[in-house]
Amino acid sequence: MADPAVGEAGKTGDWRDLKPVIDYGKCIPAVKNRPACYLCWLYCPEGVVKAGTRVEIDLTYCKGCGVCAEECPPRAISMVREEKGHE
Amino acid sequence: MSDVQIITGNQAAALAARLCNVQVVAAYPITPQSQLSEILSQYVESGSLRAEYVRVESEHSAMTVCISASTVGARVFTATSANGLLYMHEQLHWAAGSRLPIVMCVVNRGVGAPWSIFNDQQDSLSQRDTGWIQIHCRDNQEILDTVIQAYRIAEQAYAPVMVCYDGFVLSHTMMPVHVPGANLVRSFLPPYKPHTILSPENPKNINPVLLPNPRMSAEGILCDGYMEMRYKLQKAMEDSREVIVRTGREFADAFGRDHGGMLWEYRTDDAEVLLSAMGSVAAEAMAAADELRAEGIGAGVVGIRVFRPFPKEDVVRAFRKAKAIILFEKSISYGYEGGLSSDLKAAFYRTDIHAPIHDYIVGLGGRDVKARELVEAVRASLEAIRSGTPEKHTSWLNCITE
Amino acid sequence: MPENLFKMNAKEYILPGTRACQGCGLSLAYRFALKALRENTIVTLPASCLCVLHGLYPNTPVNIPCLNCTFASTAASASGIVAGLNALNETDTTVVAFAGDGGSFDMGIQSLSGAAERGTDFIYVSYDNEGYMNTGTQRSSATPMGALTTTTPVLTKQQHKKDFLKIMEAHDLPYVATTSPSYPIDLYDKFVKAKRIKGTRFIHIHVPCPPGWSYPTKDTVRIGRLAVETGIVVLFEVENGKFRFTGRSKTMAEKGNKLPIINYIERQGRFKKMSIEQLNQFQKWVDGRWNECLQRAAKG
Repeated sequence: MADPAVGEAGKTGDWRDLKPVIDYGKCIPAVKNRPACYLCWLYCPEGVVKAGTRVEIDLTYCKGCGVCAEECPPRAISMVREEKGHE
Repeated sequence: MSDVQIITGNQAAALAARLCNVQVVAAYPITPQSQLSEILSQYVESGSLRAEYVRVESEHSAMTVCISASTVGARVFTATSANGLLYMHEQLHWAAGSRLPIVMCVVNRGVGAPWSIFNDQQDSLSQRDTGWIQIHCRDNQEILDTVIQAYRIAEQAYAPVMVCYDGFVLSHTMMPVHVPGANLVRSFLPPYKPHTILSPENPKNINPVLLPNPRMSAEGILCDGYMEMRYKLQKAMEDSREVIVRTGREFADAFGRDHGGMLWEYRTDDAEVLLSAMGSVAAEAMAAADELRAEGIGAGVVGIRVFRPFPKEDVVRAFRKAKAIILFEKSISYGYEGGLSSDLKAAFYRTDIHAPIHDYIVGLGGRDVKARELVEAVRASLEAIRSGTPEKHTSWLNCITE
Repeated sequence: MPENLFKMNAKEYILPGTRACQGCGLSLAYRFALKALRENTIVTLPASCLCVLHGLYPNTPVNIPCLNCTFASTAASASGIVAGLNALNETDTTVVAFAGDGGSFDMGIQSLSGAAERGTDFIYVSYDNEGYMNTGTQRSSATPMGALTTTTPVLTKQQHKKDFLKIMEAHDLPYVATTSPSYPIDLYDKFVKAKRIKGTRFIHIHVPCPPGWSYPTKDTVRIGRLAVETGIVVLFEVENGKFRFTGRSKTMAEKGNKLPIINYIERQGRFKKMSIEQLNQFQKWVDGRWNECLQRAAKG
């Protein structure tokens, strides 16, 4: 019947009003240059955080819920208003 | 070499399920089906049937277990009656929509309110829209043989089959039944191949939400909307007529017994008046036809074996020459008339069949139906037709209606 | 905690771009449940939020085989999968039923109780967002006292939350556990443990729901955490009748630092019509259950 596919509900990044922006000067794995913390990866309901030494968020699918920013211990993630008419 | 056993309808059904090597049984007791569930648990617990027996807590769950066990590839069996069938109504739709080859015996019984534990066919009649194939049995031999045929039909058509037989009248009455050998049955039924596999190697989401319109998949293929899926169920049922008839013939070849295809005929060749019914009433109608013939009335019987899919072409052929058509139905679509009556009239629409159709509601809640009562009804109808009042409201036989 | 995080199954079974709401507690819980359960799993689920998360035909975001079923029948659907697989001698697969509070304790209670009583070898997960959220936040037996829902829109829910865990414990199960997506590693560990146990395993997940509970999406993990920190949700497991606090609840039991429930209540719009009387009753109810848990833990 239904087959697994990415983007079943479309590009859910379109849902956002606010997008997460990471300050790598504060992000613990970036600062320590090794795997550490990753609470943003842990708590992301969508699983769109990539836990590398440089943490990346997949903005095509990130819904902008803001949980990562809320839970980040050094407050390295800010939720920034999307520009008008972003794709 | 088969042997003859004197057994009840319930015993015949249980024997058939065992011969078909069903792998999962889930049934909830209800009069007059209970003995069928009990015999099957006897088989399973004593080891003569190697199956998983799920002692479910309701009929709704019984059908659910059948659905999911059939989905993973097991041959399943269940049985119920009356309010039990009604309780699983939602799941009947689900099973048909899932296109699963589930076989269920419906031991026909009247529905509440008020309560009746005795026989009529309101239970199965009220489920005719669900997408299940419905086959009615005349006697205990037909019960055993039809269950075997049902698996072959279901597993080819990918549609569920309801094998109906009258509660107490057949379920609890002993009759001689030829019981075929296990090997013969095994060779008649190839192993069941599910149409979709629930496998971790190839994950799929089965029976999700479908939208009204066809939709593009991620691979760019246009896939069915809900309506297409439902059309496919209807098509499967339409195509199953051919499967049912072929199976009946193949069964006759293999086992030496022919119960007819979509319908069977008795003394219809030169008949002027045709009696028609489903299940054990049709067998009683055969006795009535003999009595009428003895009186010089050219009577015959058309037994409706398969009620769904409706044998619309077969009935046109079978009833073509009748001057009067007398129906005896153990059910009614409240607010209108007997289901068989409506379906026949619809089948005759825009054909050259204009014979009066008299619809008798009989035997509700187990009221006994005797051949002589059918004879009297036929005589009364023929008299009415002769004296110029051919149309009749639906009549209730042997019932106080004033 | 970071060490356990790295030992977890890194694979993601839910592909991005699902239909779940922003900040959905269920998404987070399901993500870790599937990590723990891994590939040799078959899920069955009813009409529910999770059904919607699993997507509309012809695609699904979940890389695990799944069988949809009707609302009342989840545990029976699982029973049938188990029976079918047994009959076919395919016993490697873990069968997991995933239903909401409605599908477990309201309409689904009959089939759940039946399957549990029969000792069916499967895991039953009840994810509890405290209402019929999929159909628009109507009241369920899981809705807490004092909450506004679309069917208790003026007077709020009058009854306490139905004690599901007690009902399931009455079935003599080998494993009963409570979890929260705000404590994903505790949740993951419990699913890993459950997978190894035979018989009927019951896991409850307390799932915060932003639209249903009326709080900003960013607060999902915080709300779930406060539920545990106030003792409204107790993280525990009962293994063959033996009660044990886990995670944060264990620490709270040892340190005695349970927060007053107002910390949880005041953050959610659904409680804005709660009366003082209801608040007091709710606090009493929470305290009573917490003390009961303390006594059970002490008995061992």
